[in-house]
Amino acid sequence: MSTIRFSKDHEYIRVEGDVGTVGITDYAQGQLGDVVFVDLPAVGKTVAAGGEAAVVESVKAASEVYAPVAGTVVAVNDALSANPGAVNESAMGDGWFLKLKIADRTELDGLMTEAQYAEYLKSIS
Amino acid sequence: MTDSSQPVLRTPLYEAHVAAGARIVPFAGYDMPVQYPTGILAEHKWTRESAGLFDVSHMGQAFLVGPDHETTARALEALCPADLVGLAPGRQRYTQLLNAEGGILDDLMVTRPGEAEEDGVLFLVVNAACKEQDFAHIAAGLPANVRLMRADHRALVALQGPKAAEVLARHCPDTADMAFMTGRTTTFDGMPCHVSRSGYTGEDGYEISIRARHVATLWDTLAADPLVRPIGLGARDSLRLEAGLCLYGHDIDTTTSPVEGNIVWSIQKRRRLDGGFPGAARVQKELAEGPARIRVGLLPEGRQPAREGSEIQHEGRRVGVVTSGGFGPTLNGPLAMGYVEAALAAPGTALTLIVRDRPLPARVVSMPFVPNGYIRKK
Repeated sequence: MSTIRFSKDHEYIRVEGDVGTVGITDYAQGQLGDVVFVDLPAVGKTVAAGGEAAVVESVKAASEVYAPVAGTVVAVNDALSANPGAVNESAMGDGWFLKLKIADRTELDGLMTEAQYAEYLKSIS
Repeated sequence: MTDSSQPVLRTPLYEAHVAAGARIVPFAGYDMPVQYPTGILAEHKWTRESAGLFDVSHMGQAFLVGPDHETTARALEALCPADLVGLAPGRQRYTQLLNAEGGILDDLMVTRPGEAEEDGVLFLVVNAACKEQDFAHIAAGLPANVRLMRADHRALVALQGPKAAEVLARHCPDTADMAFMTGRTTTFDGMPCHVSRSGYTGEDGYEISIRARHVATLWDTLAADPLVRPIGLGARDSLRLEAGLCLYGHDIDTTTSPVEGNIVWSIQKRRRLDGGFPGAARVQKELAEGPARIRVGLLPEGRQPAREGSEIQHEGRRVGVVTSGGFGPTLNGPLAMGYVEAALAAPGTALTLIVRDRPLPARVVSMPFVPNGYIRKK
């Protein structure tokens, strides 16, 4: 079974064992608009919690994507180079960005559950 | 620039944008639609293929009024490098307000009305963010017999794209035969308006100046046409970038001359020879000797955009900076413009853009990036 957690910066991390799949939420893709390019990190890169993990470019602007927890990049979604629009079409599915080997699972406790994130979205809209 | 402590202004079409589901952002002191629900890519492509409707009522409109055309035109020629005395009735020109050093204070469109009874009148449209300073600057530079009359009671709407002429002709029949860069006083379903065949997208199209109290009716009528969709500022920017058109405050500003900005086509022969405009000495020197730097089009390799501020390098040496950059939906790839040393401005020159500390190969290309659709006939 996987567990999903959310950051206040609108990243999600779907955790299976000690690996988490990171992307941006459906709300975030809606705010960004049409995604035209995703700058993904190299496999093997280590990222700190809250550190820059990727950059997503819409027609208008470039936006940083932060790692929800610290870890090592073990895979990136190469399909986004040919089809960056997958981030808009399926932010929580095919539009994932990268997989992280999580350094410290207790950091997940500082993130929001799906229900908490839904409440958070209500509070900011 | 607009003071952030001032209240945010709204155009007379604000409610229409909200009703259409627009995302509203602050721009030049106004709450403006950046995109509608279909998004920037779809809006951009719709404009290139059909007709896009833009609210540009935030821009500054004014009439310059003097006793006769030559007197009014000479008054504006003291501030701008275009030949305005030689502007024929019903014709429109693009020009710039220059400072004493030949830097660009703003760029603007100037139209001479076609009607004999409006002899001595010029219609000006300036950028929203600059309009207060522009109008103060122009008014301060006028002789006693020429007056600047702001037209704040007027709204401005652009209809742009290959279907624009067909759509507008249903409401303004006498606009179909207009040539590019001409203007005409006419009516839209009986409402008085001023129409020019021009725009900021690289497409055929019109800008329609109309009294603010009539603009919602005009907007709703055009928006109801199945060939027309409303277009926000996001697509307006990607459209003008593909067309190679300058955005004031980014691609041209008070530090750049019209020669450096690569818009010398807007300075007609008489003015190049005779000068008589602010900064003429610099402009004439740069025309004779070539400028040290010049604005060029840049095509990055691959898919990654290079944004404004990205450094431009040649063989490891800094040679300029990107002033506008992004993704071109019609081009289907990244594109940019920026200033480079004049020796490196030839199309095909290989350069490197520094994006997030990494080198991105690019080459100089001629502009526009996408062929324009202007109707020059007649």
